[in-house]
Amino acid sequence: MDNRIPAVKMSGITKIFIGKVVANKDVSMEIYRGEILSLLGENGSGKTTLMNMLSGIYCPDSGKIEVDGKEVSIRSPKDALNLGIGMIHQHYKLVDVMTATQNIILGLKEDKYDLKAASARVREICERYGFDLNPEQKVYDMTVSQKQTVEIVKVLYRNADILILDEPTAVLTPQETEKLFDVLRNMKKDNKAVIIITHKLNEVLEISDRVDILRAGEFIGSLKTSETNVQEMTDMMVGHAVTLNIDRPQPKDPHPRIRVSGLTVRSEEGLVKLDNVSFTANSGEILGIAGISNSGQKELLEAISGLQPVESGDITYISPEGKEVSLIGKDPLDIQRLGVTLSFVPEDRLGMGLVGNMDMTDNMMLRSFRKGRGLFLDRATPRGVATDVRDSLEVVTPGLSTPVRRLSGGNVQKVLVGREIALAPSVLLTAYAVRGLDINSSYAIYDLMNQQKEKGVAVVYVGEDLDVLLELADRILVLCGGKVSGIVDGRKTDKYQVGSMMTTLGGGETR
Amino acid sequence: MNEKKRGPLAHIVKRPVISWKKAAMIRGAAIVISILVCAAVTFFLTGSDPISVFRTILDGSFASPRRFWVLLQNISILLIISLAMAPAFRMRFWNIGGEGQVMMGVLATSSCMIMLGGKVPNALLIVIEIIAAIAAGAIWAAIPAFFKSRWNTNETLFTLMMNYVATQLVAYFIIKWESPRGSGKIGIINQSTQYGWLPQIGEYKYLLTVIVAAALTVFLYIYMNKSKHGYELAVVGESERTARYVGIKVGRVFVRTMLLSGAICGVAGLLMVGSTDHTMTTTLAGGRGFTAVMVAWMAKFNPIGMIFTSFLLAFLGKGAGEVATQFGLNQSFSDILSSIIIFFLIGCEFFIQYRIVFRKEAN
Repeated sequence: MDNRIPAVKMSGITKIFIGKVVANKDVSMEIYRGEILSLLGENGSGKTTLMNMLSGIYCPDSGKIEVDGKEVSIRSPKDALNLGIGMIHQHYKLVDVMTATQNIILGLKEDKYDLKAASARVREICERYGFDLNPEQKVYDMTVSQKQTVEIVKVLYRNADILILDEPTAVLTPQETEKLFDVLRNMKKDNKAVIIITHKLNEVLEISDRVDILRAGEFIGSLKTSETNVQEMTDMMVGHAVTLNIDRPQPKDPHPRIRVSGLTVRSEEGLVKLDNVSFTANSGEILGIAGISNSGQKELLEAISGLQPVESGDITYISPEGKEVSLIGKDPLDIQRLGVTLSFVPEDRLGMGLVGNMDMTDNMMLRSFRKGRGLFLDRATPRGVATDVRDSLEVVTPGLSTPVRRLSGGNVQKVLVGREIALAPSVLLTAYAVRGLDINSSYAIYDLMNQQKEKGVAVVYVGEDLDVLLELADRILVLCGGKVSGIVDGRKTDKYQVGSMMTTLGGGETR
Repeated sequence: MNEKKRGPLAHIVKRPVISWKKAAMIRGAAIVISILVCAAVTFFLTGSDPISVFRTILDGSFASPRRFWVLLQNISILLIISLAMAPAFRMRFWNIGGEGQVMMGVLATSSCMIMLGGKVPNALLIVIEIIAAIAAGAIWAAIPAFFKSRWNTNETLFTLMMNYVATQLVAYFIIKWESPRGSGKIGIINQSTQYGWLPQIGEYKYLLTVIVAAALTVFLYIYMNKSKHGYELAVVGESERTARYVGIKVGRVFVRTMLLSGAICGVAGLLMVGSTDHTMTTTLAGGRGFTAVMVAWMAKFNPIGMIFTSFLLAFLGKGAGEVATQFGLNQSFSDILSSIIIFFLIGCEFFIQYRIVFRKEAN
């Protein structure tokens, strides 16, 4: 294998950001054609930075890059594409009102603007690799997986033969992931070099030939996937041995706490987001909510917390003493004034849950600043809460007065979850609580969920990683296009049952 | 070939944090460089000795006690209007209607003085005047806020248009109340009786304005940094979604904050008519409603910082006028000089936010 010339050889790559953050330190790696390489590492380990240097977004401070044995300087994404390197970023950059083909040829300087010829070429690429894509479809009509396909075809159209995919499966259902993997295998057969950035270990094992592991910006090792296992990779990635089991204590004295019946919600544009949704969330229990992205999860949580106008149906809060109040038509402040402590960890942490430019103290105050009669703020109490949260959840921050946007993703989430738990809630709603978090932070969050459950809180956990949902939740409500596809027992179901319920109401035929 | 291997010559990097000292040094350097550029421009375009031009700029503000007092008055009015801009801008509500809000204060004060002068006791007249000016400014500012909170109208266009309406209203009443007839002006209102004139403190005509400006600076500093209202508007400015999430009524905060902004603009109008100018013209605000936006931005909406930025802009304005008369140059030349200085001052903010990293020479 080593007598082949690598498609890309990076050696001694170092990148230091201002503020002395070492993103990559003396990293060397090789990528061969006809091979799928996984780049594995926790968040902040420098995977994306390394690949950004390969695709021309950043310039390395030192080290050299060789493509097909020749040393090159990649100064822009255009340079990278000229060398055949294309990257598919985590956040898609597509123009919604244009068709797939229009998006694909956008920015290309060809002699003639010939949509027909372009569509034909797009079709040809799709057939060759087995993509399922209609070139005339508008992007706004597409599912996340279709948008991803457009992005991939976009770089293939530009003749890239070294493809980098940044966390491509983060937004896909298990079935869609399977499809993507088939395509990647076809590319491998076509002698392309494929790199996927990921932190999902099962996928590494399933798809890649080799795995390179980064930790804290440094290259830790390269393994043949056929010769390794999940435990070994985790230990290398985290740097110490980790137990990978999530606890799931038995529900503690469950009583109905939130009862949703016949809930229907429309978006501002009039689209039905939730259609006749009914369920009950019990105290002392974790109710998982599964579904492909944008199936109504956001609207459901926002309707319960009073942020989303409801068209019809009812949401009833049942207090521990058995008193029932309806939450319909009430805003978050009204709900708070009813004495219902409803905590909500929204998906958009810095855009909704927290104020990025404010420090920890001011963020702790968001929920409680109205307390007291005076006109002036009391900053002493929230500062105490901030200190408690920092100490008990081990938030890594330069100080309480650092704006929270400067903290890492995991720490931002700890600040948010910490504040919501400090309210001593009776209902805790969380949306994608571990998205983008590393293993240690994720497990810290799972523990917090379980602690709340044991305290008798009704926890609603909207998740995207089915493996986690299946291990953590007592019951799982599966949403499909805004409808309840079913509610299953977390202890008795499996990934494929839930996966097919996510795509077909009721699940249809399981395989 | 060799060239190809290198990275770009220089690239731009966002600074994570910058020390207070370093930022001050960058700003200082910007002022020094801008003055050098001004000197060069003066020399090459007019042949005048740059040093004497600068001396004249200083003379514009400091040559006599009277000039110094006028400078203080200019700073104070500009500062008051800038203070009015601050809370709205921190809320990311782009109020560029300061001009119109000031003019409504001017109009309200003038009309009280003209219509009620001599008909009610003077002390009562002054009280009415104060209330009317504050209310006029506040209502004028709250209208766009109300529309935004109800129908999500664009506040920038709305407040801008309200300026023209206010100016035309003033123009209408100037003709209605003109004195002497046919002059197209109002002249000094109640010149002989001094009805409705705000009391003068000792022999200092401008001292009242300065004191009000100082008091408002302290008030706004506390309001924006220590009060619940100030916290709410900061949250709204950072993210309306966060504000809704914690139960802040965003529309209500818009209207409330704009009432305050407009009220302060009304005070500026009140002081101009009631305390210093005692007349009403369509150009009384003189573009300060717009200059104030710059003052507030340059100080990052910090009331204390605005003292310095309003000083700088008022001082440059005075100096530029003086240069124009002393050197027989026209006003445009002095505008060129102040623009150069402002260009550098605003431009240096780039270097406070970012820094340029040059390629390290290959070893």
